[in-house]
Amino acid sequence: MLTDAKDVMKVSEEGFCCCSSGCCDNEKIITPYDEKDTWIVGKIHTLKGSVPVISTDIHFKDMLGTWKVRWGINRMSYMINPGLYALGSPDNSSPVLVSANYKLTFDSLRKELSGLDCWILILDTKGVNVWCAAGKGTFGTDELINRIRKTGLSQIVSHRRLILPQLGAVGIRAHEVTRQTGFSVLYGPVRAKDIKSFITSGFEATKEMRTVKFTAWDRLVLTPMELVQAAKTSLFVFGILFLINLFAVRTFGLLDFIAYVGAVITGTIITPFLLPYIPGRAFAWKGWLMGLIWTSVYVLSNGLLASDTLLLGIGYLFVLPSLSSFLAMNFTGSSTYTSFSGVMKEMKISLPFIISSSVIGVVLVLIKSFIG
Amino acid sequence: MKHKYLKNVATLNLMAEKCIGCGKCTEVCPHNVFSISDKKAQINDINSCMECGACKMNCPVNAISVEANVGCAAAIINGWFTGSKPSCDCSGSGDCC
Repeated sequence: MLTDAKDVMKVSEEGFCCCSSGCCDNEKIITPYDEKDTWIVGKIHTLKGSVPVISTDIHFKDMLGTWKVRWGINRMSYMINPGLYALGSPDNSSPVLVSANYKLTFDSLRKELSGLDCWILILDTKGVNVWCAAGKGTFGTDELINRIRKTGLSQIVSHRRLILPQLGAVGIRAHEVTRQTGFSVLYGPVRAKDIKSFITSGFEATKEMRTVKFTAWDRLVLTPMELVQAAKTSLFVFGILFLINLFAVRTFGLLDFIAYVGAVITGTIITPFLLPYIPGRAFAWKGWLMGLIWTSVYVLSNGLLASDTLLLGIGYLFVLPSLSSFLAMNFTGSSTYTSFSGVMKEMKISLPFIISSSVIGVVLVLIKSFIG
Repeated sequence: MKHKYLKNVATLNLMAEKCIGCGKCTEVCPHNVFSISDKKAQINDINSCMECGACKMNCPVNAISVEANVGCAAAIINGWFTGSKPSCDCSGSGDCC
């Protein structure tokens, strides 16, 4: 298979000259691609035109790209061209997998498919992952039907079966796709790593393959994004504190900075990481509890409950756990198991507490700042 | 360790009389809420439902109803400020998913 790929690549190199004007290569290109992309290793010829062949290897550039989007850098423009791709040496009987055009999604899919011969149909989800795109409707019934027609898939494969990621089901009406295109929709496993065994077992998914998880690692990779968001908002807070410092009797310093940053980290990293181990169910509660632990430890270890700093200590005990609580509640959006009704309920109960507690805390801290 | 969220809130409802037992709901549900017995679907664990709406979308006989929406606090707050339906579409800030 490796030599096949190399041969194909050679053809690709020779064929590459003025394809855009169509002078030397009359073959239609089904999916346009950038020759410089290291994950494309050649092209394959079909009845409907040429299809790029992709590699299952992840290079440094791919890893760097993943790291960057995890920190929110160019996150909304990390995408590949939608269309049909080939992996290995597929023929008209090879399975067709459907996925999203977010490069992070595409990488996590292709790296699990080594040794397989298959087609990959990439939908235009505007660079968003399958589950979220399905929720928005871009990984949707209409886009799938259009993409099948645009690529001429029904003439490239002889069978009539598509394998979709299970989490795409939120956006797809399987029976509607079948009615309009003749292709039946089979939902594969939730995780890309199970696809090979799903295919080799004759398209049987175990209960385990069908269940969404949210492991400590899954949660941890999402936390940098939470921290980046909180840091952006914190710049405003620091700006205000700076202005206050110009007039205050007691100025804000390192002690306050550490207390604040600790509360932010508690809400954005510690609580998400320890999520299932923290007692209770509501995210706001879990965040508040962890925030209270952090603030108590900090206040006590710095002796802030002594009479001259009592206002500050109590003020912090009101405002900082509320901050952690609010940040933890925002993590519901990154979780894989919170329902709208549940989030709505916890917000209605917790927001009045978060807001009033924050106001009390801020007032106490400001009294300390201006009166001393 | 299995995650557990708030109890008795999910809006999921199954009209068993319409169900033809095709099993598509068991195929798409990410939290194993459904099972099939005697050629009919049944709800096993409604408290695990995250209201994603995959079952409703893929039920060929419309036997399932659920108020599908995103379980994302930031999206709900955005919705309050903009007066629109909460959505994951926070592309600019990239806050939720």
